[in-house]
Amino acid sequence: MLELHAITAGYDRRAPVVREVSLTVEPGEAVGLLGPSGCGKSTLARVAALLHRPDSGTLVLDGEPVRGWRHQAPRALRTAIGVVFQQPRLSSDPRLRLADLIAEPLRATGRREEAAGRVAELAAPLGLTPDLLRRRPHEVSDGQLQRACLARALALRPRWLICDEVTAMLDASTTAALVEAIEHYRSTTGAGLLAVGHDHTLLRRWCDRTVHWDALTSSDGHTTAALDVPASRSAR
Amino acid sequence: MTQRPEPPVLAVRGLSVRFLMPGGRQVAAVTDAHFDVAAGECLALIGESGCGKSVLASALLGLLPANARTAGRAHLGGLDLLTADERTLARTVRGRMIGLIPQSPAAHLTPVRTIRSHMEETVAQLTGVRGRAAVRTAAEAAAARAAFPAGHLDRYPHELSGGLAQRAATALALVGGAPLLLADEPTTGLDRDLVEHTVDELRRHVDVPAGAAGASPGAGSRRALLMITHDLTAAERIADRVAVMYAGRLVELADAKAFFGTPGPRHPYSRGLLRALPEREFTPIPGMPPELGDLPAGCDFAVRCERATDACGRRPRTTDSVACHHPYLPEGVRA
Ligand code: SF4
Repeated sequence: MLELHAITAGYDRRAPVVREVSLTVEPGEAVGLLGPSGCGKSTLARVAALLHRPDSGTLVLDGEPVRGWRHQAPRALRTAIGVVFQQPRLSSDPRLRLADLIAEPLRATGRREEAAGRVAELAAPLGLTPDLLRRRPHEVSDGQLQRACLARALALRPRWLICDEVTAMLDASTTAALVEAIEHYRSTTGAGLLAVGHDHTLLRRWCDRTVHWDALTSSDGHTTAALDVPASRSAR
Repeated sequence: MTQRPEPPVLAVRGLSVRFLMPGGRQVAAVTDAHFDVAAGECLALIGESGCGKSVLASALLGLLPANARTAGRAHLGGLDLLTADERTLARTVRGRMIGLIPQSPAAHLTPVRTIRSHMEETVAQLTGVRGRAAVRTAAEAAAARAAFPAGHLDRYPHELSGGLAQRAATALALVGGAPLLLADEPTTGLDRDLVEHTVDELRRHVDVPAGAAGASPGAGSRRALLMITHDLTAAERIADRVAVMYAGRLVELADAKAFFGTPGPRHPYSRGLLRALPEREFTPIPGMPPELGDLPAGCDFAVRCERATDACGRRPRTTDSVACHHPYLPEGVRA
């Protein structure tokens, strides 16, 4: 299970964008978290992905309470989670060929020898041909680069996937293809998914269950009206 | 086809763009595009990223990189945009004849200047309004036209929400009274509510007469809007007609109602795009588009197409606005 309990997080302790939010994803479950941009849902996703330390609250991953985020997170936990973001160009090193981009997590965890085989295995179902794998990010389209970013996220066979607006920049067919690839991975591995986005139609179609940010922040008595007022006033 | 009382604002004939690459390679970014956009009309140019639609927009604005070669014509107000020199493009086309609504407005605005300063500079540049007080008034009126709140005029671009930045960009695009608005992916990254709001606003600017800031209200004829987008829902909401681009070619030009409703698109690629929508079948088109530097001899869509036959080894000609050997037939017309 992926359990977020009473998470408060943000970039300014006096005005956290996430306040006392709790959310649970069952093993193998796909949960869609809906909310307008700027509401804090991406920050919550980063907390779940071990990329952002919350100010308070707990994250329990498959029974194990998380004590460190980013480089302080234990490797076993970090490799249990795959993350894909909205903008593939911001989350990929422009100097790397796609094959090396996908292999990054394997190299980082000292599994260099496995890399070639694993990259081929990941690339084929995503339609990434050997020719595309030899190219650098500026030589491929957004859709192709996002496919590579998904392959990278799956490289270590994570039990959890966190997807933050991963299709917001993509056309309908590429969106459907990416979702199909994610669902194929989940159906063969039983991985759970937290997909964050603002497109109701998409997330309702994709996920087992969708939750709206507003419902999340007002449940168990934690009202967060401050989220709706402009930053200048909430920072008072 | 709908009756058009006025001649088209923009008439594109046989527009092609080639990029010359090192080693003598060529990339066929746009090939033989033909289309019109009339006053009071919105044409949505749809297609996936890398299909050539942004290159087409850059060609119209004269903003192609140096290694690009164009062919064909693009007539706007007695001028051929493809052969006009940079001086003409800068002085009379961009802003005055074509109002550009960019993809990420915040990035387009100068970060150290307020919205008011942007508006006033553009008013002074593009209209006959002179004198501090008059420019100030005209700038405020221009902002109001795009529903940009007066109370936010003294803010800096980074202090605006995505929606307000989009309105500021739209206000700037409207200042010169340009007969053609060119919106490049105006809804990317916006929430659905904001998408709807943005396209409704754009539609309003097509439906009311143009006229530069400071001109008497109602002066001039209506604007034409060319909207480039991969957002089919936004296109459906705003467009009168749809042009579908695949691998650098317009494969279908259709009335928006017929395209999104019944009988639906006629080109197999267009059908596939609509089928991929989460509110429809949510099934992707198999495979990926071909490389623009390495296009097949026959139909560019053949390897992905469920209707492909041997005939598709030859390139289909555009007949009745569809480039396909085996288009879906409009029901009851020729079935
Ligand atoms: S010409 Fe043939 S391959 Fe191309 S879209 Fe039509 S049916 Fe499909």
